[in-house]
Amino acid sequence: MKTINLTVNGQAVSAAVEPRTHLADFLREHEGLTGTHLGCEHGVCGACTIELDGAPARSCIQFAVRCEGASVRTIEGFDDDAVMTQLRAAFTAEHALQCGYCTPGMLVTARDIVLRLPHLVNDADEARIRIELAGNLCRCTGYQGIVRAIQRVLRERSGVPGAA
Amino acid sequence: MKAAAFEYTRPATVAEAWAQLAASGGMAKPMSGGQSFGPMLNLRLAQPESVIDLNAIAGFNGVRDEGKALVIGAGVTHAAIEDGRVADPTRGLLPHVAANIAYRAVRNRGTLGGSLAHADPAADWVNTMLLLDAVYLIDGPRGRREVASGDFMQAAFSTALADDEILSGVRIAKCGPGTKFGYYKFCRKVGEFAEAIGAVLQDPSRGVRRAIIGATAGAPHLVQDIAAVLAGDSAAIAAEVRAAGCDEPYEFQMHAVALKRAVAQANA
Repeated sequence: MKTINLTVNGQAVSAAVEPRTHLADFLREHEGLTGTHLGCEHGVCGACTIELDGAPARSCIQFAVRCEGASVRTIEGFDDDAVMTQLRAAFTAEHALQCGYCTPGMLVTARDIVLRLPHLVNDADEARIRIELAGNLCRCTGYQGIVRAIQRVLRERSGVPGAA
Repeated sequence: MKAAAFEYTRPATVAEAWAQLAASGGMAKPMSGGQSFGPMLNLRLAQPESVIDLNAIAGFNGVRDEGKALVIGAGVTHAAIEDGRVADPTRGLLPHVAANIAYRAVRNRGTLGGSLAHADPAADWVNTMLLLDAVYLIDGPRGRREVASGDFMQAAFSTALADDEILSGVRIAKCGPGTKFGYYKFCRKVGEFAEAIGAVLQDPSRGVRRAIIGATAGAPHLVQDIAAVLAGDSAAIAAEVRAAGCDEPYEFQMHAVALKRAVAQANA
């Protein structure tokens, strides 16, 4: 076991972990943060996407022991986040989830798209949004609604009319 | 699945990393971004006794200007290259390639050096480095050595790195004005490993004309008859694709078309 010190959703955490424990298991089982979902456990499906030091990362292929000094933000840590508040409302309005399994990862990726690529406000930008979303799989095939929800927030934030 | 148990160390210097590699008797594996190695551990395709985390080594994620070339540190992430947070000696090729590696969440952690040392034939950087004729800077207990782009990758997942050596970075010559490139890859889905890669670089200021065929069964193939391929000669392209080992009809077709499309991009 190795002791790690990191920040999880703004709180300092110190814990002993086995090197083989990945970050998602650490968050779920040690921290009780079960909003982080595990799908494929090899970095393909995106369900476990969290924010690590300010940028989206796969928590299933990141080992907790490597996160010494890191700042981790899970879906539970975005309650008061302005962009995430908009995204939650848009996901509801656009029916962007069905079973909800992919949703935490989708939201973290969606927030990154909104903040990193704020210019994607035109209809023609849908293809780019879909490319950016390619690393998050939804097996209810709810992409239509997810893409619309992201477009809605991009347009709301840019002041462009046309939010559905 | 979950990874099998392993020991974990996080050396602060390259010298410490060599010492740990040497002491392991070949049973340790260095980890950089871990975006390929992590899945391999989880799937238990890799079961090293110990993992040596290179993330804490200072100086691995910088860029050094050598005048006519840039040295890009092995720890630079794909996302840093995509975003232009590190200088680009290639007039757009490196950011273009980086932006199409896997997914953003992977690019935020995955590193240039990690991808190169992993040497998956279908990954982008091993192919791009051959196209650019990059020099691999390898450090080990016997000192530094420089390995030419054609000598680094020896076969799928096999490189010139000895068990106790670490890839520190790559030296890439600065491309001049008028540089044109083409980079075309077939992926069944955005972000997946490529089925076929074709890439072309023309830098008239240095008299460089190179093309590669990538995502083969092994190391990428450097096009030999570059004049004929750039002229779009179908027979020459077919001969190069066969020389790359892509004989099976589907493979042949994918690689031939990828190369043709890259040529068209570079000639546009």
